[in-house]
Amino acid sequence: MNFSKIYALGLRHIYLISNSLPRIIDLIYWPTVQIFLWGFISKFFTLSSDYYSNTVGIILTAAILYDFLFRVSISFNMMFLEEIWSRNFTNLFIAPIRISEIITSLTLTAILRALIGLVPAAILAIPLFDVSVFKLGLPLLFLLLPLYLFGVTLGLLVTSGLLRFGPSFENIAWASLFFLAPLGCIYYPIEILPYSLQIIAKGLPLVHIFEEMRNILLNNTVNYLDIIKSISISIVYFILGVIIFYSSYLGAKQRGTLINMGE
Amino acid sequence: MFIQIKNLSKLFKKNLAVDKINFQIEKNKTVGLLGPNGCGKTTSIGMMLGLIKPSEGEIIIDNKNLESFKRDEILTRINFCSPYIELPKKLTVRQNLEVYGRLYGVKNLNERILEISEDLDIKNFFKRKTGELSSGQKNRVSLAKSLINKPEILLLDEPTASLDPDIGDFVRSYIQEYRSKNQVTVLLASHNMNEVERLCDSIIMMKKGKIIDRGTCKEIIKKHGRNNLEETFLKLARSKDELQ
Repeated sequence: MNFSKIYALGLRHIYLISNSLPRIIDLIYWPTVQIFLWGFISKFFTLSSDYYSNTVGIILTAAILYDFLFRVSISFNMMFLEEIWSRNFTNLFIAPIRISEIITSLTLTAILRALIGLVPAAILAIPLFDVSVFKLGLPLLFLLLPLYLFGVTLGLLVTSGLLRFGPSFENIAWASLFFLAPLGCIYYPIEILPYSLQIIAKGLPLVHIFEEMRNILLNNTVNYLDIIKSISISIVYFILGVIIFYSSYLGAKQRGTLINMGE
Repeated sequence: MFIQIKNLSKLFKKNLAVDKINFQIEKNKTVGLLGPNGCGKTTSIGMMLGLIKPSEGEIIIDNKNLESFKRDEILTRINFCSPYIELPKKLTVRQNLEVYGRLYGVKNLNERILEISEDLDIKNFFKRKTGELSSGQKNRVSLAKSLINKPEILLLDEPTASLDPDIGDFVRSYIQEYRSKNQVTVLLASHNMNEVERLCDSIIMMKKGKIIDRGTCKEIIKKHGRNNLEETFLKLARSKDELQ
């Protein structure tokens, strides 16, 4: 791994963001809207529901964590799409940067983009709704890690689709996360799902992450087994994502689509 | 021979885009790759860049098969310029050159950027976003990117397409001058016959995926009894028989 090249590719996206105020605003805008929306909903639930009466802002915390996953994945996809939109794709793939370095760079830059949007929103939630995601303490990092890995995995799968099917796969990029959200049990316990869906949901790291988040907030205890389970599942998906990305890249070389990938 | 292409073919589903082509390029020579649209020039260049996997055949560079190079090892030595691919539009010219200079691992990058910018006269729009430039300016920036790493092999795909005669002449003169001062082997795909005559030591004519003729410009013009390369190109492109 050549970190100078990883940095160079990251720099391309840092320049892209820093050159444009509307892009920075766009990054911050959506997470903030989410916080406002779910903040008011969670406030209403807190006042009206026995289930949530002990834990203020459980939904808001879930919203922040889910948005982290969403932002990581979308950031990964967006950075790849930027290369297609700007017709820079060929230049990138003829540069002496390894595929593993491209993945690493996109992975690292994705978290930067996600945090630019999410940190202001999470901080805003403290005075507005008296909810601080940081109150989760150290376990917050253990919850963010599998979310990050899974977000990158989704990004890898979508970019693999872009390599395989071309820019027409773009719409799937936007839809991918919404497809998994109902099974992720982000805002409700897994018992809400029909039994057959519970089996599928348990195969996703999201269920374990959000169940654990609720456990920490409601019971003030940390079940490390659940955290290890969510991290392990995320690692398996991440490895699968990398394999699929490589095979899509090799397939694109075979079909010759790397040379004329563009809008 | 610095570059050797042996029995290179590419089959896309049922379309044989490149059909067992063979050619060689000596170090520091410029070879023109000519042929009508869809004859396999871009596919051949794509294979040389490692963007397209050949169905058959070998690409040998500096006595080593392209497949046996590590991706970054060989691509550090090559670069490519084409008006059909662009640099990120929202980055300034300076930022684009910096990003690509870093990707190519260029040493003394600031000096190199300054040097190439002065040579190609792009310094006065250094701070402008690349997407805001005219096509002539963009073209020179793309050329600067393709020379940022002082490549040993430079692949040019219609480098002066859509440029006005003045800028086109500037680019051709620059390529000539660059070649005389630097060690670079060039493969030039072009539809501009004057450009080919001016820049190329020899040419390869392709048609329907095959090489149909090769030699110096003078040899080929003489062989086909025409007055210039343009007329020779038309004769070869319109002929029904493959001549080689």
